[in-house]
Amino acid sequence: MATEMKSLSQTQLIMRRFKAHRLGVIGAVVLGFMYLLVIFAPFVSPSDYLEQRRNFVNHPPTPLRFVDHEGNFSSRPFVYGTSRTRDPITLEVFWVENTDLKYPLYFLVRGSTYSFLGMESNLHLFGLDQNSGGQFFLFGTDRFGRDLFARILFGGRVTLSVGVFGIVLSFAIGVTMGGISGYYGGVIDNLIQRLIELLRSFPRIPLWLALSMILPASWSSVQVYFGVVTILAFLDWTGIARVVRGQFLNLRSKEFVEAAKALGVSDGAIIGRHILPNIMSYLIVTATLNFPGMIIGESSISFLGLGIKEPMTSWGLLLKDAQSMDVLLRQTWLIIPGIFIFISVLAFNFMGDALRDAFDPYA
Amino acid sequence: MFRYIVRRLVTMVPMMVVISILCFTVIKLQPGDFTTQFLTDPRITPEQVAQIRERLGLDQPPAIQYLTWVKGILTRGDFGYSFAYKRPVQELIWERMGWTVAVAGATIIFSWAVAIPIGIYSATHKYSFVDYLLTFIGFIGVSIPSFFLALVLMYLSLSLGGTAVGGLFSQQYIGAPWSWGRLLDLLRHLWIPIIAIGLSGTAGLIRLMRGSLLDVLGTQYITTAKGKGLSQRVVIYKHAVRNAINPLISVFGMQLPELISGTIIASIVLNLPTMGPFFYDALINSDQYLVMTFLMLSAFLMLIGNLLADILLALTDPRIRYE
Repeated sequence: MATEMKSLSQTQLIMRRFKAHRLGVIGAVVLGFMYLLVIFAPFVSPSDYLEQRRNFVNHPPTPLRFVDHEGNFSSRPFVYGTSRTRDPITLEVFWVENTDLKYPLYFLVRGSTYSFLGMESNLHLFGLDQNSGGQFFLFGTDRFGRDLFARILFGGRVTLSVGVFGIVLSFAIGVTMGGISGYYGGVIDNLIQRLIELLRSFPRIPLWLALSMILPASWSSVQVYFGVVTILAFLDWTGIARVVRGQFLNLRSKEFVEAAKALGVSDGAIIGRHILPNIMSYLIVTATLNFPGMIIGESSISFLGLGIKEPMTSWGLLLKDAQSMDVLLRQTWLIIPGIFIFISVLAFNFMGDALRDAFDPYA
Repeated sequence: MFRYIVRRLVTMVPMMVVISILCFTVIKLQPGDFTTQFLTDPRITPEQVAQIRERLGLDQPPAIQYLTWVKGILTRGDFGYSFAYKRPVQELIWERMGWTVAVAGATIIFSWAVAIPIGIYSATHKYSFVDYLLTFIGFIGVSIPSFFLALVLMYLSLSLGGTAVGGLFSQQYIGAPWSWGRLLDLLRHLWIPIIAIGLSGTAGLIRLMRGSLLDVLGTQYITTAKGKGLSQRVVIYKHAVRNAINPLISVFGMQLPELISGTIIASIVLNLPTMGPFFYDALINSDQYLVMTFLMLSAFLMLIGNLLADILLALTDPRIRYE
């Protein structure tokens, strides 16, 4: 009786090894969730991230309640209305909950209008009844009364996409330069290697800052955004180029490449069809492990006010508001964007580590 | 070895020349210069601005400015003049060098003193609960941006009633002569910068030490040492650790330059009297020779750090020879 032997494909083996890495899977899930949140930011956020509310400046996060002040439990969460008061002696401003004003929280409510993928909509994932007059700030508001939760979602769009564009650009440069260097060798290889050495002998952060000073003040937020992406990629590609070069040097003398050459396959096709697929796994792992650097780079530049500029926002720019000791003590919630930076970097590190182990057949 | 060092030092010269040209280009690509801020000042007329530009040499073509600057360094050891401080650049940098090296040095001592024992423990207790916990903490250390960590530590300290937050000294000790009180005050301030700046490096060192020691513990000479009945302690500390520490030495050379340039942002948050915040201000003011000198200095330290790492490696590992 012939038994059917089922063998696993390479991809299945990799997936299996990846799944065994618990932290890596958690990282991947967290990242998936974060990207979903920021992609659907206008839908997820209950309000517009640019709307300034003069009466709700520096409002702390609104506590979400299930039990009211009389001890009655309701399965639908609600918030109390708040009003601003001043301590008669210290003149310090604080907010008190008014237990007479009770606003229930609903899923899928109508609110401010936004456009998403060319569609106009006013449907939001959650929020208060827009005609009730209540306000719900999950993470509080900033000094202009803008909803921090909404700003974090929209800021995340910038921070997380800078990573994606930065990696794509940096890989485009790195693979091209490394490929040329390794495939052709000779003088051109030498030149590229010296250039890489030169760029690598610079400390990163001072050069990031110096380069970001080049972006003119007259540029729009979108132009600055791409400027930041370019700066980050400009300093990031050298590591990739080095290893790609090593791989090319190694593969170019392999029999299958020699055979392709003998058959008259063009250089472009050899690189694209025969060499690149062989280093793909390496590229994927490196891309994942380079993400944290991109996120921290963008955050650092914006944190110092040299990067992303208003009205666009990013996690680094949001964290900039939390710099003074006064703010740290009184408006502690402004530090929340930093938690998002931290969690996304951590998740990418976990995932990258797991991918590296999964792709390595000898691990 | 001596010839090797000399050769490396000589190759640094053309490298520094190219680096200096690159730095100058980056600065000149920035829109505006030091005098741009005066253009919006109603008290200063455009003619006066032109005069200031002329006096500072900013009206000259960039190439001339660059060559004049280089000539000053080569002939007089003069690194230029800070427009904002109206003083020679090297004086200003020297003043901040002391605290910069002190904070960086304290951080390096902290990270090695913490990382080596933890790394050894992790490797000798592989896959134990504590090992997993330490690995997890290590991941957190690598992932947390230093400026965010600085903010969190400042908040924690402040909310627990701490007053020693920001800067290196309390108000009454700034500029005071050294005394026990001043030293204690410094130590009370220093722990936040040390942890904020040093945690990610420490976490990296722990991972490196653990991995390296695990590699060594798997080799045959360790099996032999165990086989001939040596105690666990001797096997680990006399035989394994000494070899396992080699890869870390190459890290050591790079730590000082990394700490000086990598911690600019955390130093700004913590308001430290080090070079980082100073460089940032100079950058914002387009104080070009100050920025140039700092960039050159940090690139130079990187090159020296690289060389230092290679030399240390050769000194500690007899298998490595440079010829």
